[in-house]
Order: sequence, then structure tokens, then C-alpha cells
Amino acid sequence: MKQTTFLKKIRESQLFWPLVAWALILLFNAIVAPGFFKLGIIEDPVYGKRLYGNLVDIFNNGAPLMLVAIGMTLVIATGGVDLSVGAVIAISAAMGAVLINPALGNQLITNDILTRNATNTPLPIIILADLAAGTLCGLWNGLLVSRAKIQPMVATLILMVAGRGIAQLITNGQIMTIYYTPYFWFGNGYILGLPVSIYIVTAVLLLAWLLVRKTAIGLFIESVGINTKSTYYSGINEKNVKLLAYTFCGFCGAIAGLILSSYVHSADGNNNGLNYELDAILSVVMGGTLMTGGRFSLLASVIGAVVIWTFTVTVYSLGVPANALLAAKAVLVLLVILLYSDYSRRLTNRLFERRGSQHDRAN
Amino acid sequence: MNNPNNIVEMVGITKSFPGVVALEDVDFSLRKGEIHALVGENGAGKSTLIKILTGVEQPDRGTIALDGKFVHVRSPQHSQELGISTVYQEVNLCTNISVAENIMLGREPHRFGSIHWKKMNEMAQHAIDRLNIDVDVTKPLGNYSIAIQQMVAIARALEVLSAKVLILDEPTSSLDIQETNLLFDVMRRLKSEGIGIIFITHFLDQVYQIADRITVLRNGKLVGSYEASALPRFELVAKMLGRSLVELDAMAKEKSQEEGGEDKQPLVEAKALGLTGTLKPVDLQINASEVLGIAGLLGSGRTEMVSLIYGVTPPDTGSLVVDGEEVTKFSPLESLKRGVALCPEDRKAEGVVGDLTVRENIILALQARYGWFKFISPQKQNEIANKYIQMLGIVTPSPEQLVKNLSGGNQQKVILARWLATNPKVLILDEPTRGIDVGAKTEIQKLVIQLAEEGKSCMFISSELDEVMRVSDRIAVLRDRSKVAEYANDVDEKTLIQAMAGEV
Repeated sequence: MKQTTFLKKIRESQLFWPLVAWALILLFNAIVAPGFFKLGIIEDPVYGKRLYGNLVDIFNNGAPLMLVAIGMTLVIATGGVDLSVGAVIAISAAMGAVLINPALGNQLITNDILTRNATNTPLPIIILADLAAGTLCGLWNGLLVSRAKIQPMVATLILMVAGRGIAQLITNGQIMTIYYTPYFWFGNGYILGLPVSIYIVTAVLLLAWLLVRKTAIGLFIESVGINTKSTYYSGINEKNVKLLAYTFCGFCGAIAGLILSSYVHSADGNNNGLNYELDAILSVVMGGTLMTGGRFSLLASVIGAVVIWTFTVTVYSLGVPANALLAAKAVLVLLVILLYSDYSRRLTNRLFERRGSQHDRAN
Repeated sequence: MNNPNNIVEMVGITKSFPGVVALEDVDFSLRKGEIHALVGENGAGKSTLIKILTGVEQPDRGTIALDGKFVHVRSPQHSQELGISTVYQEVNLCTNISVAENIMLGREPHRFGSIHWKKMNEMAQHAIDRLNIDVDVTKPLGNYSIAIQQMVAIARALEVLSAKVLILDEPTSSLDIQETNLLFDVMRRLKSEGIGIIFITHFLDQVYQIADRITVLRNGKLVGSYEASALPRFELVAKMLGRSLVELDAMAKEKSQEEGGEDKQPLVEAKALGLTGTLKPVDLQINASEVLGIAGLLGSGRTEMVSLIYGVTPPDTGSLVVDGEEVTKFSPLESLKRGVALCPEDRKAEGVVGDLTVRENIILALQARYGWFKFISPQKQNEIANKYIQMLGIVTPSPEQLVKNLSGGNQQKVILARWLATNPKVLILDEPTRGIDVGAKTEIQKLVIQLAEEGKSCMFISSELDEVMRVSDRIAVLRDRSKVAEYANDVDEKTLIQAMAGEV
């Protein structure tokens, strides 16, 4: 009997389903593509010995999505949604590129200047500007939702559309290539043989977790998502709770933009972080947070992002062309939705609890 | 009973939902050319009766006859086909299309396969003319006031659905006096055409202004149907609350005289506090160690008044002084900081946060007062939760149970615990005992008296007069959105009911 309740506890944890999904994809790879799990150590000219392999790539390339998923979790938990994270990534990337590039202003641009391994602005200021730009975007979303009372989907749609335009305004309509090598550290660097981005994700996850679980903010966010009116009657400033969630989401998008532009060595207003908002929403949903708001788990959302990225890498490694990826992803979305439906929940409950149910009810 | 004048004849209607009997053996009849008011407090069964008549719900027992023929009303659509139409408080028409389209929706006249606009507008105009109101049917419905929109809904019900029975469900609650009079004119006109109207309202003034007969329901049972002219307003209120006159007279004599007039420090002092359209300016004083009862029927403004004091909606007239300080910032959070707590009336919408645990629900307001960063430690949270679970006798397997899984009475106790945990100086309880069992009720009443003995003050709102009278030191009476009287606790129930009914 004790074992049943233990199993039940595991099954009711928000981490359970995303971990099952991840295990299934990994299992598939183990059967179909034996080389998938190959890990090795190579000597890197800049960073010394480092780990390489598909699994490392998944975490390195998936880092921006994981970051955005962390921010999106808080927004969705308040009962909202942020469609603008992709655009925020682009703005943050453009900000970084334009500050590095000496071609800012009316200076005569020569190819020589453009391709120099130098920066116009000290790196710490670039980082701060990136983060500030994204956080400001989040603040804007938060103000629209909490103060102007615009529906979250509509409010963030504004920045989703306008954001890419802003990013292009910043880069003067150009795709800007970055040649300043210290900037590449965020997306390509290694510490103790592991990608820098993994450390960044861990740090942001830890920060977010401390922020919501070691203060009352997590409780307030969940309460707002479940019943805004009761929350207001309880003396909680529900507007500020929402404002914080959107602002933090913008902050996460900014870090994601920093890593992404660092990884691809360029800022492209049209394509940086394209469709990231949808993948982030899917990550959060896969992590078991309801779109209507309420209970959330940051770690579960991050695992959801890992699942999506593992899936993407798997599809590529199977030789599916990149343009068919979206169709394959649609299948994943469908499976997730079916898996999380009430019907299949009841089905698994019955499967697991055939014997335990009577005991549970007696309690 | 078989009166040929009756268009509607409902006999022995019984309906139960899991756990409650909503209607028990209720008879109801509606004559031709009659305005029949249906009154009763919350949970009396008015809406269930209407739902059965309009086919939304099926009765467990009982018969319905229309024009002397037994019918089985299968669905709302079927009831419309039978000539029964309902106009709700919230107009459910489309405001962005024209009045004519709204009236004729689904019955548009066609010519050459497309809508015959001219004819449609003519038909709509004819329907509007019947009500004798001035409306351009080609304009969008949204251009007109709620009152006119309601009349358009009535016009549609009469013309297109050729209704013989019109049910008006709280039609006047969002109308001002002029608009209400306009609606009443229309109702009188329809009455003279022989249409039977069922009028549901909480405003007793309006009942006497327009109704021919009154049917009173209470706790799912029929109290009786009366000619409006033969039922004094005081008796009507007594019937709604379930008191007979003899009983009241006896109680008035029995009522003990208690002395409670010593000089006390006012904790809350409201001067001409009001909000346009919601509450007329009210003067109110609550002293320390005192329970102020608030009596008034539904819609009398009692909830609105405490919402102003708690700062849910800021007032636009008057002033409020709490504990010697003039209040400038109105919000629940500021109120909590001042030591004023409100346990709201609507437990589901304004009270519980269903998917949070009992523990989280209990500490929510306290945590709100502490702010975002002064987090109550898990041990402390458990301590607080367990303390109140024990103190109020909350039945729950553990503090980690989700509140939505508790019974209504236990949910109410959890919400009460939330406010007690903030250790307020002034505790406002809006219908704290609704829907909970007798034992819990007594406990809550005791608790209120105990709090007052500890030097706190309470405002106690309840629809149950005996409860108000038992716990209160003073009783303020509200009627029609203003405070009409205030009594010491030696007042008898009869006087109170008279004040609530407006016969002082």
C-alpha cells in the first residue's frame, strides 16, 4: 500500500510527464540511432578540453528556449500569455550587435571597420543594455496587461509584431554580423568542459526559483492565476504581480537573445528567435502548467523545453529536412495535447490505481 | 384551481439537486393580463421555478399547463415555441447590428433569395410601435441605453416569438428611475393586451408600484400567492423572512432589555460615505468592543456599503476615519494594514482560491499584509493553519488539501480563518453563515461575540434577522441603497422588519 501512494506521488508530480516524454524520445533514439548518445572530449583551441556530443548540443542550443520557458511559466501561471518573447529576443540581439559595431551613427562604414574584432562599447555595458532592452519590453507588456487591462494575447501581440520592426530599426534594416570574439563566449564558450549557456540557464532557474519560492511571489502568482478577484479581496496587489511576471519574462527573453546572437554571430531582426514564443508556450504546457493559470513548476517547464529540443535534434538526426521540421513538431504537439487530456489522464489513473483506488477512497 | 383565466398553471412542482431540494411542491399560476411578482431571498427557489417553466430544467414531479392544456417543456427553445419568453437582466442581444436585425434575427423576410431589408425594417418598426417607444430601428442597438435594449428584447419576444407569457428577470437592476418608469409603462400596455408577465425583482417599492399579485417563495417552498393590494409591505417582508405576525408580537414582548450605552471609542467613523449610483451617503459609527449588525434585504446596499469601507471600490463622497486617521487610500491592502478585514459575501468568486491548499488560503491575507518579501516560513504557515483548523473545527484531511475539495461550510471557515489570521481590529462579515450547518453557525456567532469582548469590533451582515439580533449591540437598517434607521439591541424584530420594508 505504501508503494502505491509513493507511485501516486511520483505520478502527481508535475515533473512526471515531461520526464516520461523525454525518456520516450531518448529510448527511440537508443533504438533507431545508436550514435545519438555518443559523448567525447575534444581539445578546444580556446577553451581547452571540452565535452561534445548530441546531448551537450541539446542543452547548449536549447538554452535560449529554456530561458524563455522559465519566464513564460510565470506569465502563464498568472493566467496570461506572452507572445512577444521571440521579438524580445530579436531586440536584445540587435541591441548587442549595434553596440559592438562601430558603425553606429553617421560614421562612414567601410568593410574594414565592420569586420574588425573590436567593440565600440565595453562588454559589461553591452550586456546591461541587452538586459535593459528586454526587461523594458517586458515592463511594457506588463503595463498593458495590468494597468490598461488589455487581454494578454492582444497586448503581447502588439510587441510580437512591432518588436521585429524595432529590432530592424536598431540595426538599420541590416543583418548585422558580429566579429567581436569575447561576445561569442555566451553561446560558444565552455567552463570546466561544459557550455557556458548551461551555467546561465542554471543560474536563471535558481534565481527564478528563489524569487518565487523563497518569497511570497510564487504563492501570489498562483493565487492570481486561480482566482484574481479573491486574490484582490485578500489584499494582494494583483496588478503588480502580473507586472512582475511579464517584466521577468522580458528579462529572460533578453538573456535568450544575448546567447542566441552570440551563438549565431549575428543579429537578424527577422529571424532571431522566430517562433520561440510558441515553443516556449508548448514547453510550459508540457511542464503541466495550465494555460488558465495557477499551479506551476519552473523545472518542469525547463524539462519541457529540453524535450522539444531533443525532439528537434532527433528529427534532424533522422535526416528529416529542416523545412519538414514544423510538420514533425505538429505531431509532437498533438501527442502532448492528447497525453494531457482528461481522457488519457483518467485512463492512466485507472491503469495505475486498479487496486489502490478503494484504499484511497477510504482515506 | 381550474381558472379559465390562467395562462400558466404549475402544480406541485418539485425539483431536487444533489444534496438540496430546490423546490418542494410549489404551485404557481399566472392569469391573462396580469403582472405577477415573484419574490424571495437568495436560495428561495425563484430561479429554479423559472428555469422549469422555460425548460432549462426538468421538474422531478409536478405538472405545467398552458392555456388549460398540459405541456412538457423540453427545452428553452420549446418554451419559446409555446409562447413563453424571458428577458434577462443582462441583455443578450448583439449591440453591433441594427435594432431591426436584432428584433427579426432568425425570422428575416426574404425576397429574391436575399433579405428584404425594407420589409424587415417595417416589421421591426411595427414591433417597436407596439411598445410606444421612440427608436430608429436602422441604428445599431449599441447606440441605445440598456433600458431601450431591454425593450428591444421585449419587442423581439412579443413580435417574433409571439409570446403570451413574458418573464422579466430582474429587469430594473441596472436602470435608473426614469428608465424604470419607461419599462413600467410598457409593462402596463402589454398587460392591457392580455399578456401575462412574471416580474422578478428585489426592489419591493417596484413590486407595489406595478404588480397585481405577489407570490412569495422561501427555502424552496411556497409561502403563498397574494393580491398585492391585500398584502401590506410589512407582512410581505415577514413572509419572505419566515416570521408570522403573532410570533413577532410575542417576541417583541419577550425581548430582554440590555444596557449597552456607555461611552465608547469610535474605531470606524463614516461621514456621508457614498458612491453615486451605488450607495447614497451613509453615516456610520463602529466602536471598539462592539458588534454592529446590518439588516436589509438583498439589494438594499449592505454589500455595497461594506465594499466602500473595505476599499474594494473607492467612494466618491464623504469621508472615512479609521482609528482616528482619515482614510485617503482605498484598497483592500490598505484596509488590511489599517486593521480592517472584510469577509466577502460571494464565497466562490471573492473568497476561496480553489486550487490552493487550505494552508495557503488561510495565510494568504496575512502574507499580503506582510508583503512580497517577508515570507512566512513553512513551519510558521503550518502552525497558523493548524491553529485555525483546530479553533474553527475545519474538517479537512490535512492542511495540504485543496480548498475546492472541502464542503461549503468548511470553505467558509477557511475564509474566515484567513481574515482572523490578519488579527484585524475591525472585522466585517458579509453573510458569514450562509449555507453552513447549524453547529458551525452557532460557532461563528459565538466567535463574533468573543472578538467583541476582546476589544475588536465587528460588522455583521446577515439575511437572518434572529442571527443579527443575537450578536449585535446595535443594528443599522438599510433599504434602497441608503441607511434608513439605527437601533440599539433592544429593538424588536417587528420594528426591524418595518424599517426594512419602509414602513417607519
